[in-house]
Amino acid sequence: MSVTAARTRRRARIPRCTHPQGCARTRRSAPEPALRGRRLPGWALLAIAVAALGLAAAVVYPAGIGNWVLVTVIAAILYLTGVFAAAWSVEGPRSARNRTWSALIHSAFVLAVLPLASVTWTLVAKGSRRLDHDFFFTSMRNIGARDANGGAYHAIVGTLEQTGIATLITVPLGICAAIYVVEYGRGPLAGTIRFFVGVMTGIPSIVAGLFVLSFWVLVISPKLNGGRPGYSGFAAALALTVLMLPTVVRSTEEMLRLVPASLREGAYALGVPKWKTVLRIVLPTALPGIVTGVMLALARAAGETAPVLLVAGGGASINVNPFQDNQNSLALLTFQQAGDASRYAPARAWSAALTLVALVLILTIAAKLVAGRSPLAR
Amino acid sequence: MGKPIPIRPAGASVPGEPPHPPRLAPASALGGGGPRRRTLSADAVFRGVTLAAGAMVLVVIVAIAIFLGYQAVPALGRNSANFFTYQDWFPDSAPPAFGIAATGFGTVYTAVIALALAVPVSLGIALYLSHYAPRQVATALGFLIDLLAAVPSVVFGLWGRDCLYTPVRELSAWLNHYVGWFPPFHGDGPYGRSFLLGGVLLAIMILPIITSLSREVFRQSPKANEEAALALGATKWEMIRTAVLPYARPGIIAAVMLGLGRALGETIALAMTLGNTNILGFDLVTNGGTTIAANIANKFGEAGDTGRGALIASGLFLFGITLVVNVIARAVIFRRRELTETAV
Repeated sequence: MSVTAARTRRRARIPRCTHPQGCARTRRSAPEPALRGRRLPGWALLAIAVAALGLAAAVVYPAGIGNWVLVTVIAAILYLTGVFAAAWSVEGPRSARNRTWSALIHSAFVLAVLPLASVTWTLVAKGSRRLDHDFFFTSMRNIGARDANGGAYHAIVGTLEQTGIATLITVPLGICAAIYVVEYGRGPLAGTIRFFVGVMTGIPSIVAGLFVLSFWVLVISPKLNGGRPGYSGFAAALALTVLMLPTVVRSTEEMLRLVPASLREGAYALGVPKWKTVLRIVLPTALPGIVTGVMLALARAAGETAPVLLVAGGGASINVNPFQDNQNSLALLTFQQAGDASRYAPARAWSAALTLVALVLILTIAAKLVAGRSPLAR
Repeated sequence: MGKPIPIRPAGASVPGEPPHPPRLAPASALGGGGPRRRTLSADAVFRGVTLAAGAMVLVVIVAIAIFLGYQAVPALGRNSANFFTYQDWFPDSAPPAFGIAATGFGTVYTAVIALALAVPVSLGIALYLSHYAPRQVATALGFLIDLLAAVPSVVFGLWGRDCLYTPVRELSAWLNHYVGWFPPFHGDGPYGRSFLLGGVLLAIMILPIITSLSREVFRQSPKANEEAALALGATKWEMIRTAVLPYARPGIIAAVMLGLGRALGETIALAMTLGNTNILGFDLVTNGGTTIAANIANKFGEAGDTGRGALIASGLFLFGITLVVNVIARAVIFRRRELTETAV
């Protein structure tokens, strides 16, 4: 790679030194040999930007073919072309390419910040309107199209219970799987498990929902409660487990690998059996990192709508029993209210969305803070 | 580092000997030194438990295929149309007729639009974060991108429906008016809830995934090569082109494939923004279009027995596609071990 770099450099280096115009001009302006080539002054970039904007406006507005968006787009293209041309004539082709790419990379960043800012702004502006007492302490039971109140209590209960049960199932399972892969796994089986944990990360949430639908709701649960398919919060928790498991295994695995081998060797040398070493030495050392991974998985699971839609039913009343009858969740409530024709529904949808995002963000930020406290933090 | 430690645990040494004196001070602090026979079996039990948990991953993946197939087969048997070439979705009429031609096409089409929009932008952001931005800015923005990845898709769907809809509708009308000769912009309205809206929204949603993975790859490119390139007088872009990009290529491919997998499986945001009609065509601007996942979310509530089986059958097909995409992505990542620890 460095050889390629050197070759490119060598090939490109020669023209700049023997550039007839550049050298001639340099010699004329400064008698002593210049160490640096001529550079485009800062005001030139500004001038190009202003000129591009003016030209774009002058073309777009009189012709009546668009609004400020088109002006911005055309101005951006003109600016890039202008910078390229100016840098080419003053600093040479290599610098021209450098400046253009640098401008492109910066503009990609600006382009990405726009939707992020818009999402945040809308969420806070529209979501804070209905964050009142009713929203947090009542459900949607008996709320008709003409009722302005109604709340998300049932959905909050559902979200907490479903993600809680999912965590209770996922954490032991995921940690054990990671322990097998890192501490015991040898040969093809451990490799296969690692590989498919990665693949499992990519399973669409709707497929996880369909899986629990066709496995638990339609096949197993009818045998338990007399032939009725059991749409319930527990089914949603199972679906979330399918989605959380690979994330937990993966993050735990990484953390276990970061535990220094000398710690394990020290324990073995003192006569501690392997399982005790893993449980008492390795796991506690890796614990903050594992907690981080679990919290991130939890945050992602809390926001899932599709599986809950398929297997939890999503009722309007409060149901604190996750094992029986329909349950709602914040994400599902957002989806339902977004599709509701009532004029009061959008405000409820945005408030539910804001509550959900707040929950997810608190989990994510807390996870990062825990990660920062880890003795293994890189 | 992940290799098992060669030193044998105490329990595995010479059997039949009395256990180590348990009061060797530090050992007891670490909880060591039980009777040997019990530790041997405890170790085996522990190993078995962890093995079972690890095998669960494989079991779940196989079980997904089996149970989806089990529920899908009866519905497929009743289907009077060809499942792969029929484009409408009438599973509960008599006779049932449904196919994934339109929904499958929509799935791939929206994903391709999203990738075309998101990949250049996210590679740009990743390069900005890894090589251009000052350190504090890069840390803060990287954190912000991670947060963006954590925003639930239903929130994006709500935002797309309430905030992105009007700009896209106006843009569609504009495109049709001025670039209407180009076939994808040829449709004559109504505009708004179109593949364009879904594609743009999806692009915004997969942006953080592609960005965070490729940023890690860019950051891991060998510093020595970068400094060598700069020392030889390369400009910043030449340094990136010669020392960073070649090194990062497999990682970029993997990031794009993971983004593709996410885009193919995205459900709720598309169910909320697409027009929800089964059309088979490249028209970007006119209302309509759906994807397999969005179709499942939208039709599930009204589905009867056959309808449910039909939706599960389409879900099985989606599972197959995403499995293939993810296996390819993971195979690329797997060959580069250093990438696995940063994979999203």
